[in-house]
Amino acid sequence: MSEGLTTKYLEIQGVAQTFKTAKGDFPALRDINLNVAKGEFVALIGHSGCGKSTLLNLIAGLTTPTQGNLICANREIAGPGPERAVVFQNHSLLPWLTCFENVYLGVERVFGYSGVVDGKVKEDKAQLVARTHAALDMVGLTHAAQKRPGEISGGMKQRVGIARALAMEPQVLLMDEPFGALDALTRAKLQDELLAIVANTHSTVVMVTHDVDEAVLLSDKIVMMTNGPAATIGEVLHIDLPRPRSRVTLADNPAYLNYRKAVIDFLYTRQAHVEKT
Amino acid sequence: MSISLNKQIVTSIVAPFMGLALLVGLWALVSLSSTNNFPSPADTFLQAVEVFSDPFYSKGPNDQGVGWNVLSSLKRVAMGFGLAALVGIPMGFLIGRFDFMSRMFNPLISLLRPVSPLAWLPIGLLVFKGANPAAIWTIFICSIWPMIINTAVGVQRVPQDYMNVARVLNLSEWKIIRTILFPAVLPYMLTGVRLAVGTAWLVIVAAEMLTGGVGIGFWVWDEWNNLNVKNIIIAIFVIGIVGLILEYALIKIATAFTYEEVKS
Repeated sequence: MSEGLTTKYLEIQGVAQTFKTAKGDFPALRDINLNVAKGEFVALIGHSGCGKSTLLNLIAGLTTPTQGNLICANREIAGPGPERAVVFQNHSLLPWLTCFENVYLGVERVFGYSGVVDGKVKEDKAQLVARTHAALDMVGLTHAAQKRPGEISGGMKQRVGIARALAMEPQVLLMDEPFGALDALTRAKLQDELLAIVANTHSTVVMVTHDVDEAVLLSDKIVMMTNGPAATIGEVLHIDLPRPRSRVTLADNPAYLNYRKAVIDFLYTRQAHVEKT
Repeated sequence: MSISLNKQIVTSIVAPFMGLALLVGLWALVSLSSTNNFPSPADTFLQAVEVFSDPFYSKGPNDQGVGWNVLSSLKRVAMGFGLAALVGIPMGFLIGRFDFMSRMFNPLISLLRPVSPLAWLPIGLLVFKGANPAAIWTIFICSIWPMIINTAVGVQRVPQDYMNVARVLNLSEWKIIRTILFPAVLPYMLTGVRLAVGTAWLVIVAAEMLTGGVGIGFWVWDEWNNLNVKNIIIAIFVIGIVGLILEYALIKIATAFTYEEVKS
């Protein structure tokens, strides 16, 4: 595990992103340098508008950087692909497909054709269906497989979104505030589920969040970003808490409280958000 | 409970009937005070019973039952409208998907759309050399605009989130069209179809008045020449009811294909 953490898997080198707007160029990000190891869980935290999601979209390949390079598994990121699955902020399920069909869409694309995943042969329909059911089972939604997104709750939709991403067995799982729109209890439950799933699959995860507790509970590394425009990485905090982690025992763990304090200190003292009017 | 139920009955059943009664009342008043034999509601009703007792008689091309007239109008609408859908919906997709196409066709659409479809009737008569194809041509012209425009708007409004899903999953263009674009655009397309059918039904009556032959519009004009005002009033009701049924059927189809996220 410790040697795994030192190897570079995802490399972000001198990345800057400038958006063209009607009022001229808007610098969103500058001088981003970050390495993520295989199996590492990284949280990106910062005030809204600091470019966390912009950075995640760059890693996903949905946008290309104005400057710098992004490398994943020794290959330059040239565009989006199923090896870097995204769990979107607003779940983005297709409303006309059932939960099963939404997950199956990704499974079919990755495993239903030969040559998409290196060295893997095309799987038959029964195997694809089994994979889809396994993914829905993992997030506890077997019973809702035949329901449409409009018929299930927000938390369940988000779980289908996670199932869709995990079912593709991505090398990197990218999550954009996946639990941001949920109530506190549902959020806690899904965080615990995510911890268990990641412990099983050893996934590499990059998650955007604005929730301090979520970041400390889930991550190996918290990347704290300065305020935009032209945001950059302010500080990287390594979280050395043993796994498996339990929110109940961590609640009065001094190390946990120190990490929490460090993040809060960064966000509210050193990067106190100035509301523009 | 029972009070609110009564209130519901009053608003949902009594109110529409009062509206209808108002119409019949005004009509009766007009016919009483009129000096030129404007038919009363009762006379018209008796005439309607007679007309509808044998809607499918045929005594030569100029004297057919009201049923045949409505059917031949519907047939023209279906033909012109079907052709418009065949051309308009794919065009809408192209215009919505490619900026170049949109810039190429938008000036043409803006220029031609405000023209009354009847202005195209002489062109149809000239080119097709027949009343029936000219009427179909007019329906084609009037129903193509709403279908092109609504389909194009639907394609342009496909949420970026869905397209991002397609990009992350690396779906093929055909799969994107089938699983994302088409279902997302369908409600907009059906709105276009609904508007097109409404306009087509408005226009067919006018077009048939000009072209003659068999059809509900021709029937109206023919009865005017016969000075049979009762039949004209019956025709107005028939046209209204058929239009209502078309509209209602298409609304039903549209709701069946509209999903939660698309509605909002």
